[in-house]
Parts: sequence; structure tokens; C-alpha cells
Amino acid sequence: MPWLTRTPVHLTLITLSLLWTLPSLGLLISSIRPPADVLATGWWTVFQHPFEFTQYSLENYRAVLGAAGMGQALLNSFTIAIPATVMPIAIAAFAAYALAWMEFPGRQWLFLAIVALLVVPLQMTFILLLRTYRDLGLTGTFTGVWLAHTGYSLPLGIYLLCNYIRALPRDLIEAAAMDGATHWAIFTRVVVPLSMPAIASFAVFQFLWVWNDLLVALVFLGGTPTVAPLTITLTNLVGSRGQDWHLLTAGAFVTMTVPLLVFFALQRYFVRGLLAGSVKG
Amino acid sequence: MLRPYKLGVFIRGWVFGPGQGNVKTDGSSPRSMVVFSKIGMAVLAILVGSGGVIALFYGAIALVERFAQGRLKHRLLPWVFLAPALLLLLAYLVIPTVLTVYVSLLDARSQTFVGLSNYISLFTDKGMGEAFRNNIFWLVGVTGVSVSLGLLIAVLADRVRYESVPKTLIFLPMAISFVGASVIWKFIYAFRPAGTAQIGLLNGVITSLGFEPVGWLVERSLNNFALIAIMIWLQTGFCMVLLSAAVKGIPQEILEAARMDGANEVQIFWRIIIPMIRSTILVVSTTTVLLVLKVFDIVYVMTAGNQGTEVIASRMFKEMFSFRHYGRGSAIAVILLLAVIPIMVVNIREFRNP
Repeated sequence: MPWLTRTPVHLTLITLSLLWTLPSLGLLISSIRPPADVLATGWWTVFQHPFEFTQYSLENYRAVLGAAGMGQALLNSFTIAIPATVMPIAIAAFAAYALAWMEFPGRQWLFLAIVALLVVPLQMTFILLLRTYRDLGLTGTFTGVWLAHTGYSLPLGIYLLCNYIRALPRDLIEAAAMDGATHWAIFTRVVVPLSMPAIASFAVFQFLWVWNDLLVALVFLGGTPTVAPLTITLTNLVGSRGQDWHLLTAGAFVTMTVPLLVFFALQRYFVRGLLAGSVKG
Repeated sequence: MLRPYKLGVFIRGWVFGPGQGNVKTDGSSPRSMVVFSKIGMAVLAILVGSGGVIALFYGAIALVERFAQGRLKHRLLPWVFLAPALLLLLAYLVIPTVLTVYVSLLDARSQTFVGLSNYISLFTDKGMGEAFRNNIFWLVGVTGVSVSLGLLIAVLADRVRYESVPKTLIFLPMAISFVGASVIWKFIYAFRPAGTAQIGLLNGVITSLGFEPVGWLVERSLNNFALIAIMIWLQTGFCMVLLSAAVKGIPQEILEAARMDGANEVQIFWRIIIPMIRSTILVVSTTTVLLVLKVFDIVYVMTAGNQGTEVIASRMFKEMFSFRHYGRGSAIAVILLLAVIPIMVVNIREFRNP
């Protein structure tokens, strides 16, 4: 194509890329500027002399992790997100194996019924579960929020893993059964290792979903600082210190670091998981 | 090697800063103990939570394998594999959904049967009408813009050598939580009275062009669109990735043949690319619609639904936690479910046989 007709293509792409990057760049730069500067001038003024390193400091991160409680919240986010990823994977994988490779009456119907549950918006369940949680004393506990995330993610998890596990070669599984392998052995030694790509995609999706979730955490954990994850703590910070932009920007970046690391390290699984999981309630 | 107590001092110094707690080097300070015990507790909780499930399965299956024989074992084992999933699905989705439909027919405290009056009051309520109207803005705005922009970028990036750069940059916001994105954009929309230095990017641009600064989140004619822009920023990358895969799936011969016949790029786009990726466009759009129908975090963090920015899901949260009206809260959830079902059916059908 002639150079002239290509110019608009380049211009459009570059403009859009810049537009999409500017918001995060502003956040990152503001988070490493001293509080007084953040409030006095726009972050873009650092570009007047970008290599004057005295205008940057990590002080905001120290403040936000310590006094503002983001350090505790970071721990809480891990404590919530890791089991809330492992539990649904384990439970969904066992169920998917049974639905795919074990003989029992009503198998097809059960699978369809589980897939149908994908339509239920989480909001449908809050009021009833909240009352039950209050009666059982599960409100504000990690166990309560793990179980909630697990329950909510099972339709998707079973749907994805079952589709994958069902497509594994029949010969392989029958050969193992002929050799006298139990279902436990077939599951752990044959099915799980072969299903790793699907499991990894679902794991990445579920981990990020839980990590970035605000609604489920708000409903089942409330605002107690000892258990609140990053999303709630940051939301509270917006409410209580809405003008302290040096804290908010550093805090927002703290919540973003883990998902961004996952994004760059596991981009392939990230994309696949995101595509597969995009229908989740 | 870094001794444990040195590490403790380091973590404490880094987390709490030099100003708080005097840094001693003997490592006996209680603050480092606090940090360690907190990390320890977190690790313990993670191990118990994650390991517990697997131990549960192992124990139950071992029991059945050991004590049940022949046909009984054969019939019992599938249900051992399925039991935890089925119990959780019943407890967290099936039973609450059925009961919520019932609760939506009861009064605020779920004590007397009131028929459809919760629904009637919702459909006649002014605030709820606003929420419905805003949700429609959201649906049209986010779906329309992010699908078209996603398609544009997918088609354009396909023609340049640095394809992965714009795609990565535009996809990146997908990793960011709605809350994080809300803070990012709240900063962009930051408003200072005229005459003072603006720290928000948008007002910075506007004032440098000589206009008055605008309260983006307060002006009623603008604030909904300011919020919608955030969702577009988050969602375009998703649309782009799916549509890009579809565009790449179009056989080159077809495009070449069209070019040989004298079709220009615009004609190729409208007459060949669009029809050939129709079903992907449908999936991307329905998925975006589903996401937007339930949008909550952005509104909750940015405006808490004030100044006319309420949407269905944030209104439901208010009915639940501020008004404590469980009947109306449940009715909103049922409306949401009824809105989701047809879209979901289209989505799953297209997703399975494209």
C-alpha cells in the first residue's frame, strides 16, 4: 500500500494507544511524586525536566502500605484469592471428571442443569445468603468468602473443564482402566496432567476475578479492616481521604501490581481464561 | 545471608517507615513480630483453605474404595466426585435463586405477602426509572463504542508490523480492577475551581485551551458519560482480542480475490470482513451487554449513585444495605435475571456453534 494511504492507519493506532496508556501513566507518575507536588501541579509537569530524580520518591507507597492499611489488605487479598482459586478448581475438576467419564443415570441432564446456572446473576443470591451467613456466623470470615466465590464459579469451572476433559482421547482412559487403575488414579495421573492448559486458564481467570472483585467482598466481608481485601480498602480510602491523591494513586497501583504481573507472566493463559470466562455472572 | 531478624527489621522499616516505631537492630521489637505473625496467619489460612478441599476428596474417595464393594462402589463413586460441587451449587445458586423470587413477593422485612407490589413500586419509582434509563445509556454506549473501536483496532493493527504493541497497550486495562480503574479516572476527572492549578488531566487540557474547568462527575448532563468512558476503556481490549482472532481467521484468498476484482479497502471491510465475522461480533456484543447489565463497582466507587448516576445493580445494593428493603432488593435481582436470560441463551448458542 502506498505510504500516503497508510498514514491514517498509523496515526489512528498511535493516537488510540496513547489515549489508552495516558490514564495509567498519570497514575504511576503521581504515585511516585511527593504529596505536596501531587496536589500543587498536574503530573504532566514532570516532563518539563523528566530526569531530575529528586522529584520522585517511594514515600507514598510506604505511607499507603503502613498507616493506610494497604499492607494488611494486600495480605488479605492473597488469603482470599488463593484458596478461592484452588477450591473451585479442585471441586470443578472432580465434578467434571465424573460428568465426562463416569457412568451414572442422568449424567447429561445434570450437566445441562449446571450450565443453565450460568445465567444466574450473583445479585439473585445475596439477600438469602446474607441472612444465612448471619445465622451461621460466617459473615466477615475468610471461610465464608472462599465458599461464596467457590459456589459462584462452579458453573463456569465445570462447563470449561468438562468440555476439555470430555475431549481427551478415550483410548488413554480406557487403557488405564484396563490396567486396573482406580478412578482416583486415572483422575490424578492421567486426566489432571493432560488438562493442565484448561486448568491454568481457569485458574488465571478465577484468581484475577477474585482479586479484582469488590461486590462479593463487600456483601460477605463488610468493611472490617482485619479481613478486607485491597479493593474494599481502596474504596474506603476514596471515601475517607478522597483528596489525598498521593495515597490514592499509590494505593491504586498496589492493587494493580499483582494482576499486571499475572498479565505479563501468563499472557497466553490470561487471554484464554478471559475469553472462556467472559460469561461469568 | 539475610538473617530472619534482619529481614524483619527490613520489612518493618519498609512497611511502617522510619517515622513510626524506632528502628532497633536487636530484632526483639514487637512490630516485626506482628508483621511476621500476620504473614504466618495468612500462609496458614491459605494452606488450610486450599489443602482442606483436596484432603476431603482424598479421604472420601479412599473410604469408598476401601469399604464399598462391586456394584455399590460403582454406583457410589460418581456421587462422591460430584457431591461437593452439587452441595455448593444448591447452597449458593439454586436455593437462594428460588427463594429470592419468593422474597420479592414479600414486604421489606419479609413478613407479609404483598404480591407484585414491589415490582409495581419499582416501575413507578422515579429513582428506579433513572437507574433503568442510565443502564440503557451504559448498554448502548459501552457496547457500541467498545465493539466498534475494538473492531477498528483489530482491523488496523492487522496491517502494521508493530501489531502487538497497540494491542498489548489497549488490552492492558483488562487486568485492572473496576475499583483501580475508578481511582485512575477519578484522578483524570479531578476538579479544581477556576484560577487554581488543575491536577486532573481533562481539566488541565480544557483550561489550557482557555475554557472553564468542568465538574465531570457532578454535572448531570455529563457524569453518566464520564462513568461510561471508564467501562469503554476497560472493555475495548476484550472486544479487540476476540475480533482480532476472527479477522485473522478470514482466508487471505478471499481478500486477495476481492482486491483483484477492484474492491477498495472500505468495501472489503463492509462487504467481506463484517459479514464473515458476524457471529463473533454477536458474541462480543452479548458478552459486553451481560457485563454492563450488572455494572456496579464503577458507580459505587465514583459517585455512589448520586447526582443521577444510579444503575440497576447499585440501586439493588442500596435497597439491601441502606434501605433494608429486602422485598424490593429481591425484585430488582429478579428483573436482572429476566433481562440476562435471553441474552445468555443467544450468547451460549453462538459461542458453542459459531
